[in-house]
Amino acid sequence: MLYREAGQFKTTYAEDMAIFPIRQDRIALGILLGIAFIGVPLLATFHVWPFAGDYLLWAILLPFLILALAAIGVNILVGYCGQISLGSGAFMAVGAYSAYKSGTGVHIPLAWLGFAISIPPLPVLASILLGGLTAAVVGILFGVPSLRIKGLYLAVATLAAQFFFDWVFLRVPWFTNYAPSGSVNAPALNFFGLVIGTPIERYLLCLTFVTVFAVLAKNLVRGNLGRQWMAIRDMDIAAELIGIRPLYAKLTAFAVSSFIVGVAGALWAFVYLGSWEPLAFSIDRSLQLLFMVIIGGLGSIMGSFVGAAFILILPIMLNLIPTELGVPLSTETITHLEFIIFGSLICYLLIKEPHGFARLISIGKEKLRLWPFPY
Amino acid sequence: MPGSFRLARRSSDFGRFPTEGAVGVKGAGDRNAERRSLAEGARKSAKQNKTRYRKTGLKEEDIDMVRNKLILAAAILSGAALAAPAAEQNEQFIPILSYRTGAYAVNGVPYANGVADYYTLINERDGGINGVKLLVEECETGYATDKGVECYERLKGKGPTGAAFFNPLSTGITFALTEKTATDKIPIITMGYGRADSKNGAVFAYNFPLLGTYWSAADIAIQHIAKEVGGFDKLKGKKISLLYHDSPYGKEPIPMLQVLAKKHGFEFTPIPVTHPGVEQKSQWLAIRQNRPDYVLVWGWGVMNGTAVKEAAAVAYPRDRMIGVWWSGAEPDVTPAGDQAIGYKALMLQHGAGRFAVHADLEKYVYAKGKGLSEPGKVGEVLYNRGMVNAMLGVEAIRKAQEKFGKKPLTGEQVRWGLENLNLSDARLKELGFEGMLKPIRISCSDHEGARDGRVQQWDGKGWKIISDWYSANQSDTEPLVDEVSGKYAADKKIQPRDCSKES
Repeated sequence: MLYREAGQFKTTYAEDMAIFPIRQDRIALGILLGIAFIGVPLLATFHVWPFAGDYLLWAILLPFLILALAAIGVNILVGYCGQISLGSGAFMAVGAYSAYKSGTGVHIPLAWLGFAISIPPLPVLASILLGGLTAAVVGILFGVPSLRIKGLYLAVATLAAQFFFDWVFLRVPWFTNYAPSGSVNAPALNFFGLVIGTPIERYLLCLTFVTVFAVLAKNLVRGNLGRQWMAIRDMDIAAELIGIRPLYAKLTAFAVSSFIVGVAGALWAFVYLGSWEPLAFSIDRSLQLLFMVIIGGLGSIMGSFVGAAFILILPIMLNLIPTELGVPLSTETITHLEFIIFGSLICYLLIKEPHGFARLISIGKEKLRLWPFPY
Repeated sequence: MPGSFRLARRSSDFGRFPTEGAVGVKGAGDRNAERRSLAEGARKSAKQNKTRYRKTGLKEEDIDMVRNKLILAAAILSGAALAAPAAEQNEQFIPILSYRTGAYAVNGVPYANGVADYYTLINERDGGINGVKLLVEECETGYATDKGVECYERLKGKGPTGAAFFNPLSTGITFALTEKTATDKIPIITMGYGRADSKNGAVFAYNFPLLGTYWSAADIAIQHIAKEVGGFDKLKGKKISLLYHDSPYGKEPIPMLQVLAKKHGFEFTPIPVTHPGVEQKSQWLAIRQNRPDYVLVWGWGVMNGTAVKEAAAVAYPRDRMIGVWWSGAEPDVTPAGDQAIGYKALMLQHGAGRFAVHADLEKYVYAKGKGLSEPGKVGEVLYNRGMVNAMLGVEAIRKAQEKFGKKPLTGEQVRWGLENLNLSDARLKELGFEGMLKPIRISCSDHEGARDGRVQQWDGKGWKIISDWYSANQSDTEPLVDEVSGKYAADKKIQPRDCSKES
C-alpha cells in the first residue's frame, strides 16, 4: 500500500539511473542512516535502553560494522567477479599489520648497503588507508593465478595466501616491532587532533568508513567496471569475446576487494581489538567472511550487511537468551546448543533460499509492491 | 555455479534496456506460474497437517494454545530484556571467563570447576564475604580472544557495582583486555600466566600476575636443570629447546630464556607448535636430529598430551622434558598412558592432593550436591589451581572491605585490596590452604607477590614432588621487566606511578 511506485515519473536520465530509483527506498535508507548516525549516538549518550552499558556498542555494533565492511570487500571478489577466495583473513592481516607498521614508523635496516630506510610514524588515517593499499597490492599478486585457474582450484590457491601470511606475521619479528610475545598494540587513534577513545566515537568512526565504502562499492558495481566483473563471473569466455580483458577485470576485482578488506582489517585491529596477534586473522576469519557473503547473498552490497549480522550476532543472541531468561543451563550446554541451532538454521536457510538473504529481501519487496494481492 | 548468480543478474541494471525488459516480463510470467503452484503445494500440506493433528488428538484449540504460549514466551523474553536492573542488592558480582568447549576444554573444565566451587563454598559456608554474597556468572570463551572480549563487555557492568575482577585464563585474552581494564578500572588477575612485564605495578596498575610470571617460570626451570646437571657452570654448552604453543602464551618465556642462555652459555632453540597443537611430527623430528639435553614444554590443552606421545615416538627420554605449570596436570599425561612415566613439570607452588579446604568443600558443597566436578577429580592439579585463584580474589575483596566497608565494591576498590594483599602462613592455615601455598605479599612495585616453585614428576599414577623449593632469581628477571614495561609505558604514554607514595 505504502510501497508503491505508481506516480513516480522519471523525467531525466539521472533520475532513472539513481542508486535507489524508488522514492520509498530512499526514504527508508534516509531513516536508517538517521538512526545510525544520530539516533544511536543520542541514545548512547543518554544511556537509554538498550544502550545502558557499552555492551551493544562495543561487542555487537562495532564488530558488525567492521565485518560488514570486510564482507563487502569479499562480495566484490566472490559475489561480483566470481573468484572464490579463502584468503580474506590474510588480506585483513596485511591491512592490519601494514597499518600498524606505518602507524608506528617503518625502519628497514639495510646493513649490507650501509644505511637504513626510516619513515617516521604516519597519522592514523593515512596508516589505515595505506594498510588498504598494501593489501590491494598483495591482493593483485595473489590474484595473478586466477588468470589460469578457476573455481575451487582458485580457492585452494588463495588458501596459500592465508597460510603464508599467518606464517609471516608469526615468524618475522620485524612486523611486530620485535614484541617479545608477538602481540602488538595499536597506536592511539588520533584523527587530526581528535583522539578517538570512547565506544561511541569508535562506532561513529567505523560507521563513517562503512558508509563511504559501501557507497563507493555500490557505485563501482553499477558502473563499467562492475559490469565487466559480472560478465567475467557469468561466463568468462563470452566476456572475453565481447572485448572484456580478463586480466584487467580480474585483477581490478582483486585489488578493490583486497583494498576494502585491508581497510576493514586495519579497523578491526586498531579500533576494535586494540591489541592483537595473528590468530585474530586466521583461516577461521576467512571462512567466516565467506559464509557471510554466501548467506547474505552473492552479488549484493546489502546482502553483505545482512550476512554479517546473521553470522556475527545470531550466535551471540543464542548464547544470551538462556541466561537472560534465567534458564539454569551450564555454559557448555548453552555453547553446544548455540552450535546446534545456528548450524541447523544455516542448513534450513540455504535449502529454503540458496541465494541468501538478499534474495529473500527482494522477494519481499516484490510482494510489497503487489500488496494486497501478492502471488 | 552459474545458477546461483541469477538473482544478481536480475537485480543488476541491465533491466533498464527495453529489450531486456520484454524478456523480463516473460520471465516474470514463468516465475509467477511457478510460485502459484508452489503456493498451492503449501496450502495442501497445511491441510494435511491439520488432519495429522486431528489424528494425534490435538485440536485446533490446542494449536491456538500452543501459539498463545509462544506469544507469551516471546513477551516474557522481551520483558526480560527490557527489565530494569534488579534493585540494589548486597551482592558482589564476580565473572568467570571459562572454556568448557573446544580444543582446550580438557584443561579448562577442571580449572573452571575449581573456581566456581570455591565461590559456592564461600557462599554456603560463610554466607559470602562478611555478609556480602558472591554473585557469579560464567561466560564461555572457548580460549578465543574475540569471544573473550565479548564476554568481558557482557559481564563487566553486571551486579550492583560491576565486576570485581576478571580471570581470563588465557594470555591472548589478557593482552586484549589489558588496555580495556585500565580504562574501565577493573583489575585483571592472571595467576601464573599473562604478560610477564605486568609484574611492574607502577606501569600496569590493573594487572596482577600473581604467584609467578612466565619469566619466573623460565628461571625456575633453568635452576632445576642446573641442579640436575650439577651446577650452573655445567650448563655451558648444553642444548635446551623450548617447545612452545605459538601464541602470546608460548612466546612469553623466550626473551627470558635468551637472557639466561647468554648468561649461562647454553644453546637455546625455540620450536613453535601451531594452535591447537595436535600436529607435532616435524617439531619432534627436529628434536630428534638436534638431540637437545632438555626440552621445555610450554603447551596447553591437547598440545601437552601430544608432546608426550610424540616424545615417546622418537624415543626422547621423558625425564628430560620439563613442562611449565600449565603443562603439568593429570589430563596432560593420562592420555599418553605409560609413555608419560618420568615426565616432569613445574608446580605453581601447589600440586595435586587434598588439603584442609577440601574437607570443607566436601561438607558444604559436595554434600549438598552443589559441586560442579566429578567427585573423583576434586584435588587434581588444575582444580586446585582454580581454587587458589578464586581464594586470592576473595581475599583481595576481603582486604578491600577493611578499607571501603562491608558492602559490594567496585573494581577500583578491589584493585586496592589486591595491591595490599598480604597472606601470612597463619592466614593460609585458617583458610585451609596450608601446604599448598607459601605466604604471598603484593605491593605496588611487585604485582607478582611470590615467585616460588617446585618440580614434580609423573610416576604413572600420580604426581610426585621431586625437588625442593626454588625461588626465581629477581636479578635475572627484573632488568627485563623494567625494560619491557618501560617500553610499554612509553608506547602508551603511561606515567608510571610513584610506588613510594602508594599506600
